[in-house]
Amino acid sequence: MKAAAAAPLSTGTLTHLQRLEAESIHILREVVAECEKPVMLYSIGKDSAVMLHLAVKAFYPAVPPFPLLHVDTTWKFKAMYAFRDEIAARLGMQLLVHINQEGLKAGVNPFTHGSQVHTDVMKTQGLKQALDKYGFDAAFGGARRDEEKSRAKERIFSFRSAQHRWDPKQQRPELWSLYNPRKHPGESLRVFPLSNWTELDIWQYIYLENIPIVPLYFSALRPVVERDGALIMVDDERMPLKPGETPMQKRVRFRTLGCYPLTGAVESDADTLPAIIQEMLLTKTSERQGRVIDHDAAASMEKKKQEGYF
Amino acid sequence: MAHQSDLIAQDIGAYLKAHEHKSLLRFITCGSVDDGKSTLIGRLLYESKMIFDDQLSALEQDSKKVGTRGGELDFALLVDGLAAEREQGITIDVAYRFFSTEKRKFIVADTPGHEQYTRNMVTGASTADLAVILIDARKGVLTQTRRHSFLVHLIGISRVVLAVNKMDLVGYSRETFERIVADYRAFAARIGLTDITAIPLSAAYGDNILAASPNMPWHAGPNLMQHLEDVPVTDAATGKPFRLPVQWVNRPNQDFRGFAGQIASGRVARGDRIRVLPSGRESEVARIVTAGGDLESAVAGQSVTLTLTSEVDVSRGDVIAAGSAPPQVASQFEATIVWMHEEPMLQGRAYLLKTGARTVTATITPVKHKINVNTLDELPAERLELNDIGVCELELDRGIPFDPYTENHTLGGFILIDRMSNSTVGAGLLNFALRRSQNVHWQALDVDKKVRARQKGQKACVLWLTGLSGAGKSTIANLIEKRLTAEGRHTYLLDGDNVRHGLNKDLGFTAQDRVENIRRVAEVSKLMVDAGLIVLVSFISPFRSERRMARELFQPGEFFEVFIDTPLAEAERRDVKGLYKKARRGELKNFTGIDSPYETPESPEIRIDTTAMDAAGAAERIIDRLQELKVIDT
Repeated sequence: MKAAAAAPLSTGTLTHLQRLEAESIHILREVVAECEKPVMLYSIGKDSAVMLHLAVKAFYPAVPPFPLLHVDTTWKFKAMYAFRDEIAARLGMQLLVHINQEGLKAGVNPFTHGSQVHTDVMKTQGLKQALDKYGFDAAFGGARRDEEKSRAKERIFSFRSAQHRWDPKQQRPELWSLYNPRKHPGESLRVFPLSNWTELDIWQYIYLENIPIVPLYFSALRPVVERDGALIMVDDERMPLKPGETPMQKRVRFRTLGCYPLTGAVESDADTLPAIIQEMLLTKTSERQGRVIDHDAAASMEKKKQEGYF
Repeated sequence: MAHQSDLIAQDIGAYLKAHEHKSLLRFITCGSVDDGKSTLIGRLLYESKMIFDDQLSALEQDSKKVGTRGGELDFALLVDGLAAEREQGITIDVAYRFFSTEKRKFIVADTPGHEQYTRNMVTGASTADLAVILIDARKGVLTQTRRHSFLVHLIGISRVVLAVNKMDLVGYSRETFERIVADYRAFAARIGLTDITAIPLSAAYGDNILAASPNMPWHAGPNLMQHLEDVPVTDAATGKPFRLPVQWVNRPNQDFRGFAGQIASGRVARGDRIRVLPSGRESEVARIVTAGGDLESAVAGQSVTLTLTSEVDVSRGDVIAAGSAPPQVASQFEATIVWMHEEPMLQGRAYLLKTGARTVTATITPVKHKINVNTLDELPAERLELNDIGVCELELDRGIPFDPYTENHTLGGFILIDRMSNSTVGAGLLNFALRRSQNVHWQALDVDKKVRARQKGQKACVLWLTGLSGAGKSTIANLIEKRLTAEGRHTYLLDGDNVRHGLNKDLGFTAQDRVENIRRVAEVSKLMVDAGLIVLVSFISPFRSERRMARELFQPGEFFEVFIDTPLAEAERRDVKGLYKKARRGELKNFTGIDSPYETPESPEIRIDTTAMDAAGAAERIIDRLQELKVIDT
């Protein structure tokens, strides 16, 4: 780890990344100090990577005093699973993997059930099951306010009922850096330490701090098929090929990582962080477009949030 | 980011280097429903090229479907988020928007202009460095403008941009602009806002947003973006004394004990002398630990972990502060409270108060007044309703380290939490410690006067009986004490003659000695009141200034001056102890009434005319009066 983001500018004024980093660390510590059983939701993506890196900083030299939880849909890229296990082992943190067994038994998958059902069953229901199973009262998530319009109003400490519902009217005002984590038994908090980060901030911080990320973000030759205008990577043998479909080797990378059948690749030669940032800044297509779940009616994210999706 | 795209394309390394050193400006936009606030923010996002192609095509579609600008791009749609507010056409909560330019990253708190304004605006303003106050050029300074400005000032934002919007609708009139600015400055000066930059603009058409408007060549000042980029963001907190509220004690093993927190103000360096509050223990900074390596020093805003050179007990909620300039510790305050919940704030109810990393129990004693945010009038109030702002007295269950809010937002700002519902029901600013708790030693804070008095089931106070020698003070005081004791109250009688046998036996009757005599007795009474007792003082105490000095040692409602009014002739006639005769013979010097003056009380709480009643009647009268004043219950 470099000390780059730790030392203030000579003027005594912190840079924007230093201010964001300090705020996130403050949030992480506040939850650990006030909640009984926190957990960090780890989705293996770049935002999770930054959040985890901040947690390591917040509690250094101690190991972050909470486990990581991956709600696994079983459809992530192979490279993501490998990366996940390696990171957890290297940090010495406990990694909990939860799979919605009912969904698995019912054979829910993105190909036959479509993205909505798959996401709801494996991700949303899976998350609720895991939180209930372990009795976590606070869960860190890597969501950012700049990702989507309805998230712009999300609190940093987002209060959830015992049924995991998010009620826009019950959210608590957040003033200064004073957060109210108090709750009744059964109720819980979702806490978003990266609320005030933008996509550019995330990339810049990864670059400055040399944070390891899944190699899929970098361009490489990968087998893909083109479906509905999206390039889908054939990551394993479970992917049913349609008649006439043959995987092509293309130089592609992923701007966002989810379930591989639901995540479109972009053709790109960007194989370094500066090149990725350059491409991101010059490409005027917003980040979440690659995720199929957003292609719903307006305000779909808000509905999902009320139902308990992160 | 069109203006930067060349650099991005040609030299991404140089671009990243430049952006590493960007600063961050957080600001709030305040305006009424139709001032064009959402349009302005949407415009800033659009102009700084933070709108991606897919969002832009969605915006074009939405503008045709639900836009209010007849199919033209409606920038407000970029920022109106929740489904409900889309339907109502108003924003209903605080939203945060992000954009950046070459020089800065910006976080905008967008708050609605409708009736929930106070709660939302105060929330949004609490993290802002600057406020953009929008005015509709057609309407000028409105009640809402004054309200927004007052709240901005209250929350401690000193820099204001007066954005006079919709200039296109007033023909880009310089005269109109200047009249509005003059009106505003006159008002702003009244509430103490002085750092004001006025900019005429049209958010809908982009005038003076990113470049000087050709429609208003007469405007010599900066355009909005230019100003937002250039306004200094030097954190005022850096220049203040060092404060670190301890969030978490980091103890991974026996050899490491670190205190983690975000520096609220000042700077700290290795080897600095520090003091831990409220314990008051001192130590020295051994290390400033971060995962990136130890630091030599750190400044306000940074999250760090400190270790100390000695084993000092520090826990969450404590404040590590500069040894030379530690914060005060107090448990009673005057505070300004913004009420944020539908359930009104009730006097006497206990709430949880969170400040820094500390949560204590707080009771609101009297609401002094509430403030009409439109007129700034102070109104009497017994309780605070949603969106009310009131000045109150707060009593905490223990002392906390604090600075006034105007000095330090972290050590002076707090939230109030309902103990039953756990909702955040209010926010407040500590103004000052009440005199009665100032300088109270930390050792005594856990059990204080109130607690001791409550344990005795009474209100601690002092009855100060003054009057000539032989007026009947001691007799009356003795009767009062017997009666109070019989009723189960805890009292103590300090009698002038008795005290002169012990504590004050070194004192004579010169004016100087009389002053010291009273000073000592007043201090002793204060200790006894602090112990929760009802204290009776029976002293001639002839001088007004010493009686006043005694009075000022106590809180309002604790000190009762009782003038035992007996004319000199009558006292001399009674002469129970034969002292007047001695004095007349010259055997006693400096005898009050003979050769030393008695200064009659001007406005005693109680006056007893001993020529009209006997001692028992006088005692009865005094106790009745105390009951009327609710000092003792009936």
